[in-house]
Amino acid sequence: MNTANVRMVAAPDGMPVVDRKEEGRRKPLVEVREQPTQATRVPAQTVGRATVDDPVMTTRHVNVFYGDKQAITDVSLDIARNEVFAMIGPSGCGKSTFIRCLNRMNDTIESARVEGAITLDGQDIYERRQDVVALRARVGMVFQKPNPFPKSIYDNVAYGPRIHGLADHRIELDEIVQTSLKNAGLWDEVKDRLQAPGTSLSGGQQQRLCIARAMAVSPDVILMDEPCSALDPIATARIEDLMDELRQNYAIVIVTHSLQQAARVSGRTAYFHLGHLVEVGDTDRIFTNPRHKLTEDYITGRFG
Amino acid sequence: MNKCAAEVVQAGLRRRYAAERRFRLYGLAAVLVGLLFLAALLVSIVSKGSPAFQQTQIRLDIHFDPEDIAPAGTIDPAELGRGNYPALYKAALRTLFPQVEERRLLADLYGLMSSGAGYELRARVLENPSLIGETHSLWLPADDEVDIFAKRWAGDEAGTERLSRHEIAWLERLGEAERLETRFNLRFFTSGDSREPELAGIWGAVVGSFFMLTVTLLVSFPIGVATAVYLEEFAPRNRWTDLIEVNINNLAAVPSIVFGLLGLAVFINFFGMPRSAPLVGGLVLSLITLPTIIIASRAALAAVSPSIREAALGMGASQMQMVTQHVLPLAMPGMLTGTILGMAHALGETAPLLMIGMVAFIVDVPDGFGGPATALPVQVYLWADSPERAFVAKTSAAIMVLLGFLLVMNAAALLLRRRFEKRRS
Ligand SMILES: Nc1ncnc2c1ncn2[C@@H]1O[C@H](COP(=O)(O)OP(=O)(O)O)[C@@H](O)[C@H]1O
Ligand SMILES: [Mg+2]
Repeated sequence: MNTANVRMVAAPDGMPVVDRKEEGRRKPLVEVREQPTQATRVPAQTVGRATVDDPVMTTRHVNVFYGDKQAITDVSLDIARNEVFAMIGPSGCGKSTFIRCLNRMNDTIESARVEGAITLDGQDIYERRQDVVALRARVGMVFQKPNPFPKSIYDNVAYGPRIHGLADHRIELDEIVQTSLKNAGLWDEVKDRLQAPGTSLSGGQQQRLCIARAMAVSPDVILMDEPCSALDPIATARIEDLMDELRQNYAIVIVTHSLQQAARVSGRTAYFHLGHLVEVGDTDRIFTNPRHKLTEDYITGRFG
Repeated sequence: MNKCAAEVVQAGLRRRYAAERRFRLYGLAAVLVGLLFLAALLVSIVSKGSPAFQQTQIRLDIHFDPEDIAPAGTIDPAELGRGNYPALYKAALRTLFPQVEERRLLADLYGLMSSGAGYELRARVLENPSLIGETHSLWLPADDEVDIFAKRWAGDEAGTERLSRHEIAWLERLGEAERLETRFNLRFFTSGDSREPELAGIWGAVVGSFFMLTVTLLVSFPIGVATAVYLEEFAPRNRWTDLIEVNINNLAAVPSIVFGLLGLAVFINFFGMPRSAPLVGGLVLSLITLPTIIIASRAALAAVSPSIREAALGMGASQMQMVTQHVLPLAMPGMLTGTILGMAHALGETAPLLMIGMVAFIVDVPDGFGGPATALPVQVYLWADSPERAFVAKTSAAIMVLLGFLLVMNAAALLLRRRFEKRRS
């Protein structure tokens, strides 16, 4: 990276932030629709405080490439314990790509290449010794489209505990299934038909089933990539309520296209733009007082 | 401007609809022509083949004379088997037509009966030796020319050119005495091949085809599915796997007789397996069906929604668990459909079987994978090649049986796909 003409100043938390007057670097990736002015270019360094004191996950200088195409450029940020962390940004800015780095789902894409360091509880998850199966048991994922297995509701939730050998007895398994469904707010709706196929539920119920399924293995982090984009407002509201409760036990990283949703559910928010992490900070601050012009444009609805 | 555009659209509309109607008519015409050919084929086969399901029989009062069949007086099966059984029906015929005395005429008279009549009498005696000495009225198979004559006679058509005046007179006498009848030809479904059309049956070929397809299924299904799973789910995309893929697709287009030659060279000449055996036939057919099964299975695997894969991997399933627990069960109906279609294809293959000697004339119903056998399409080929007129009907009847099996298999594939689609939606 060409950083020669950028004047760094030390931020109070130790992460270097960029003096806003010096943002006028030539960046090849900038393709915003309006004529690029100085302020609408991505900053060389993330604006705002990207680190926390006791992170569960950290990413440092993460670059992701699909073949020759760079989808994520130099993203460094921390995920705190028991927080809901929202990622917003226009389509194609790399939110999904980034969130999929956190449980190495990008491994399944042959052309994808991840650089940089990502840790979970201080352990590098891209290290050779790290087993992806073990990693994904600790970092669960809920996808955009509800994707229950074509099996019974019970078997959907019991799947994770079964393959990871978390329950010794049937009774234990029953308990895990019940707790997970309760925590996902689905128990009362399905307790009489646990053997019905998961695909027979409504879209919102299916998504909560997927959340229950992810919780059943007691992960540390749950990643959610636009979990409500296929749901109606009522189902969305239920999942948003749920997230606040889940925060007690898990760290949640959520990608959302709805700014209101980010504002309602998250404690911190990150704004991505063309593969760069432009700004990150407390959700209240981001929405009331965005520091970067791109963030401001996005949350005031000027593009995206 | 707006109105103008509307007018232009209006003007073009009729032309567009006319083009659409024309196109639909072409399509319909093409379908109708196809159906016409199919109907012509089916009508010709059914009309030619249906007489083969009936067989003319003659009722004779057989006296199981111990003189002829048990001269030594024992009922030892080996001894009984050597008896002169044709003498029994010859005697019965002589009693019916005492006026025939000249030797040549007598030979013609005996010729009304199939040589199978003697075999049938022997079978009855061996099964039940207490018949010896008794007299029974029995329906016995008539000669194939008599059969043709009787069937045409019933249809009020002259088919007399092959029979002499005497023979026709005798048959008419038999008919008046209600001793001549066309009955359901059970023998066609229960016996093996024969030089005598009236004795030839399809069962040997059906059993041979069954043994062969069993081998084909056991070999090609596991290998095909395993190959497809490996290529689709595990193999890295590189030049080697590309090469393998191209070759599999090419194999699907190789003429089947080439596989026959390969089978002859490898299985018979190199490994020394027996000729005309269902084992070798099944192996050769496996080579032919493998590409079909692999291609169909890969398509079925690729059609499994990526969201299910993501769900499994996201839960921490290993690649293997994802494939065996989620992808394979969802792809299985598609794989089975492809397999059934491949097996149907194999059932109809003839050329490669000719190369490995399955074209031999085999009377016995095959009893295993290693013994000599024939197959349904080869039976059709053999009968179509036989000079006896009565084999024309047998050929068409065998084709009907073959088509019946193909229809059942294709229907099974269709049903499977329907059930699969219903479950997915
Ligand atoms: N599998 C892939 N192969 C190649 N390019 C991809 C792939 N997935 C995403 N991309 C590209 O990466 C960029 C970021 O995509 P994505 O992470 O899906 O964005 P977002 O989720 O923010 O909409 C886009 O330009 C997209 O075209
Ligand atoms: Mg996305």
